[in-house]
Amino acid sequence: MGGSEVILLDFWASMFGMRVRIALAEKGIEYEFKEEDLVNNRSPFLSKMNPVHKKIPVLIHNGKPVCESLIAVQYIDEVWKGKAPLLPSDPYQRAQARFWGDFIDKKVYDHGAKIWKTKGAEQEESKKGLIECLKLLEGELGDKPYFGGESFGYLDIALVPFYSWLYTYETFGKFSVEAECPTLIGWVKRCMDKESVSKSLADPLKVHDLVLLLKKKHGLE
Amino acid sequence: MAEEVKLIRTWSSPFALRIVWALKLKGIEFETVLEDLASKSPLLLQSNPVHKKVPVLVHNGKPVSESLVILEYIEETWKEKPLLPEDPYEKASSRFWAKFSDEKLLPSVWTVFISQGNKQEEALVPALENLQFIEEQLEGKKFFGGEKIGLLDLAIGWMADMVSVLEEVTGLKLIQEDKFPLLSAWIEIFADVPEIKESGAPREKLISKFQAIRDAYAATK
Repeated sequence: MGGSEVILLDFWASMFGMRVRIALAEKGIEYEFKEEDLVNNRSPFLSKMNPVHKKIPVLIHNGKPVCESLIAVQYIDEVWKGKAPLLPSDPYQRAQARFWGDFIDKKVYDHGAKIWKTKGAEQEESKKGLIECLKLLEGELGDKPYFGGESFGYLDIALVPFYSWLYTYETFGKFSVEAECPTLIGWVKRCMDKESVSKSLADPLKVHDLVLLLKKKHGLE
Repeated sequence: MAEEVKLIRTWSSPFALRIVWALKLKGIEFETVLEDLASKSPLLLQSNPVHKKVPVLVHNGKPVSESLVILEYIEETWKEKPLLPEDPYEKASSRFWAKFSDEKLLPSVWTVFISQGNKQEEALVPALENLQFIEEQLEGKKFFGGEKIGLLDLAIGWMADMVSVLEEVTGLKLIQEDKFPLLSAWIEIFADVPEIKESGAPREKLISKFQAIRDAYAATK
């Protein structure tokens, strides 16, 4: 079979990029990691590969770009079908996984970002919002080892990268996710035992340093 | 075995309408449960406790929420008359543009119609840009799905009646035929598809509704 060329346009700290890294690692796919310097300058290449949003991650397969992290994860699952299925096979289970993936994108990310970008009442509201979301997700996990059940899958991939950012949220928001959602932290540790996850996630301390830099840069101190 | 398919919706929700279209195109019998969002039913609250929104598809007692998730569920459960292409790249492309329609295109068009004066002029810029992206997707195609109507047509289908209603309410022609020839042509043939034609909300009722919304926004300035 001819070699297929896979490039991932990404930024080391992006939880969305981490999702795609994990999916590629789960499937054992070799790829070239191309780092975008989002702190300073977006490259012309990124604008060409994602003209609509100009955002990472972009998965480029044989020259063709796939944008939006969860769309890329589904694409990977469909192209490399033979190994490590990421989505469940039952349509109802798939719908649940997609629903919660969409929930994470709409709610978890926004609340988290506001925790480090804002202060006072707005920050407090975002913190409450984030904890509420994490509790709902914890409820969805229940007593399963993974969101996907016995096997690690799509929804685990959608959420676990936020672990890289939890230390930052907790530090700025002054709270502990483990205290609020112990089962979720148990699940995180289980995921981190997998090489595909531990090798794909950014170091939480480095993420915190990045946020300090960004706050300074944008006058958010 | 009898299939029980219920669709919880409101009379005017464009998100719910896309589900009506999908069910009709696939020839699936279903029962409509009309919801009054000012007074949400126990069924809705039970079926979509996370967002408490319509549409919700309840299939044999199991609820699925979020219209794009529901469309994929319908596609995967009733495999006849497919709405998505087989090719993973084309599938990813449909998903990308469906998401774009909901997250960027619709909100930008909506903002144009609830704004007045200068604010409306400013709002036109991103709306026209977004429409241009969609226009380009129709290059060489009859429908967004190609020769036949597909998931992306259903996702963007809100344009077919909502835009002309909004244009009538505000007197602003957003989709000018010389600027958007492909989109203009698509709106006509899409609206003409029998399953689409027979499903729309009464035009006069939509006009009254949007007139009232626009007046309310103007009053708050």
